[in-house]
Amino acid sequence: MQYREVGQFRTSYAEQARVFRFGEERVLVALLLVLAFAVVPFVADDYWFSAILIPFLVLSLAGLGLNILTGYAGQLSLGSAAFMAVGAFAAYNFQLRVPGLPLLASFLLGGLTAAAIGVLFGLPSLRIKGFYLIVSTLAAQFFVQWALTKFSWFSNDNPSGVITAPKLSILGQDFSSPAGRYLISLGVVAIMTWFACNLLRRQTGRRFMAVRDMDTAAAVIGIPILRTKLLAFALSSFYCGIAGVLWAFAYLGTVEPHGLDLNRSFQVLFIIIIGGLGSISGAFLGAAFIVFIPILLDHLAGSVLEGVLNPGNLENAQKIVFGMLILFFLIKEPEGLARLAQLARAKFKARPLTPT
Amino acid sequence: MQFFLEVLVGGLFAGVMYSMVALGFVLVYKASGVFNFAQGSMVLFAALTYVSLVERGFSVLAALLSTLVTMLILAVLIERVVLRRLVNRSQMTLFMATLGVSFVIEGLAQTVWGAQVHGLDLGISDEPFTVAGILLSQFDLFAAATAALLVFVLALLFNRTRTGLALRAVADDPLAALGLGIHLPRIWTIVWAVAGVVSLVAGLLWGARTGVQFSLSLIVLKALPVLIIGGFSSVSGTILAGLIVGSTEKLAEVYLGSLVNGGIEAWFPYVLALLFLLVRPSGLFGEPSVARV
Repeated sequence: MQYREVGQFRTSYAEQARVFRFGEERVLVALLLVLAFAVVPFVADDYWFSAILIPFLVLSLAGLGLNILTGYAGQLSLGSAAFMAVGAFAAYNFQLRVPGLPLLASFLLGGLTAAAIGVLFGLPSLRIKGFYLIVSTLAAQFFVQWALTKFSWFSNDNPSGVITAPKLSILGQDFSSPAGRYLISLGVVAIMTWFACNLLRRQTGRRFMAVRDMDTAAAVIGIPILRTKLLAFALSSFYCGIAGVLWAFAYLGTVEPHGLDLNRSFQVLFIIIIGGLGSISGAFLGAAFIVFIPILLDHLAGSVLEGVLNPGNLENAQKIVFGMLILFFLIKEPEGLARLAQLARAKFKARPLTPT
Repeated sequence: MQFFLEVLVGGLFAGVMYSMVALGFVLVYKASGVFNFAQGSMVLFAALTYVSLVERGFSVLAALLSTLVTMLILAVLIERVVLRRLVNRSQMTLFMATLGVSFVIEGLAQTVWGAQVHGLDLGISDEPFTVAGILLSQFDLFAAATAALLVFVLALLFNRTRTGLALRAVADDPLAALGLGIHLPRIWTIVWAVAGVVSLVAGLLWGARTGVQFSLSLIVLKALPVLIIGGFSSVSGTILAGLIVGSTEKLAEVYLGSLVNGGIEAWFPYVLALLFLLVRPSGLFGEPSVARV
């Protein structure tokens, strides 16, 4: 696991700007991808796919989306679940109403629709700053939820409001099995993560951070504030939208607005607080954490604390644990798990010397 | 016209109830710059504690006093455990910390007191009677009177006492206040305790109206637009904004809602708040901020 950056020289700008600048990093990432794409589908069972891996991937993507907006561009949002819902319903409707549209194209269109809605609700961000802005994203949250439940056109006049997602098939291949749904999620998440890595390391990302750190100063040095903020909203909602599509199509298999309510928005926010604001790996670490902790608590309640915790109390215990974890991270490690991982690596690298 | 007035009056009284919750926010924000999302859970916690104590045979007065003491302890705890350790952090961090606090309080409240719905009887009838052809209820009038009294007491506290002066000094410039020898942690404790008292009052009124249950903590979402229209730091603005939100929300529901399948109460206040913000970015009575590099 241990490698050093010493002696790897970069001789062109292209080399300097690549995402993984060190040979070892490239090897590690390649190994990880091979493991995720080629090994996991054969070893994991259905429980792992449906209850752990797919929700982890989907929530990571949503966390990544919110991190672009909140962690990088500094615009607090409580509407991520709304944009997820927009993505899911848009993709469903494109798939339904445009015959012969390839599945991935409707994924993309779902994301783009979410991005458009995101820009719409991001428009007030030029004039409204800080906490006042959460009004805009909360408006999005409540409005979208309301529109999707009240107008049955969105759910194709389905009386129950719960619609089965269309069959997952790409180029004639059927991906409806748990492993297939995992592979689709993984592919989408991998591509979008790679894209985000590149984007956020370059001018776009730096503009986001300048706006986050002080928008007046950013305006003074010539960064177009409105365009930057709207771009952040668009990108973030696009990512959340795609996450929503995966949530509905690959994870649940049904398209419904109820699971994507304000609590889901909070959950995504917690992912990036715990994982690390303004960090890509943070979204993944946070999502892993938030998927595993309830399962862990469940098992604890089932074995160690049997009889002490009944199911009703379990939910409350989860709430308390999450609340405390958030406080703990905000107080002790405001940069989250991503920072902890970084520190751990620095420690290993400096061993046996003490890192400064 | 008759109907219009009736809806309007109903909305105004609903607005008073929203303002009560928003008041707690304003207090905390004024004195510590913290956007306290936990206000809703504090309302739930206070009402739940009171109701459960009464159900366990406490007299009204004893239950009220014990709940007050509990809220004070809660305030001290929040200051000690959370705020003191987050000094000098960004407002966003503090906001997210209050999210954590609200989760802990909600979880605790329901673990300790259970999750079932409790009825709460304050001994004031909710029977409607008519004045000049408009339906009113004793309870609405009582709630309005309580809100007026609360605002009056708070105004006295802020404007006529040494502590109030210190609170305003901290709100104005924490560093200068610190330089003058004002003990910041004490001020924070006081302000959170006062917010606790306000949430107890709000919790009792809301609990009597809707029953004490988990959804009580969701009124924070109703109070948010009120808070934002009024500006974060103005008590009178909050009351006015509450009246605006309450009345327009009900009128919109009745007159516009029927055009689009109803249920627009959920988002209308937010859109209204957005419109207000586009004209006045720091609320009706909020202090406009000057940006410097």
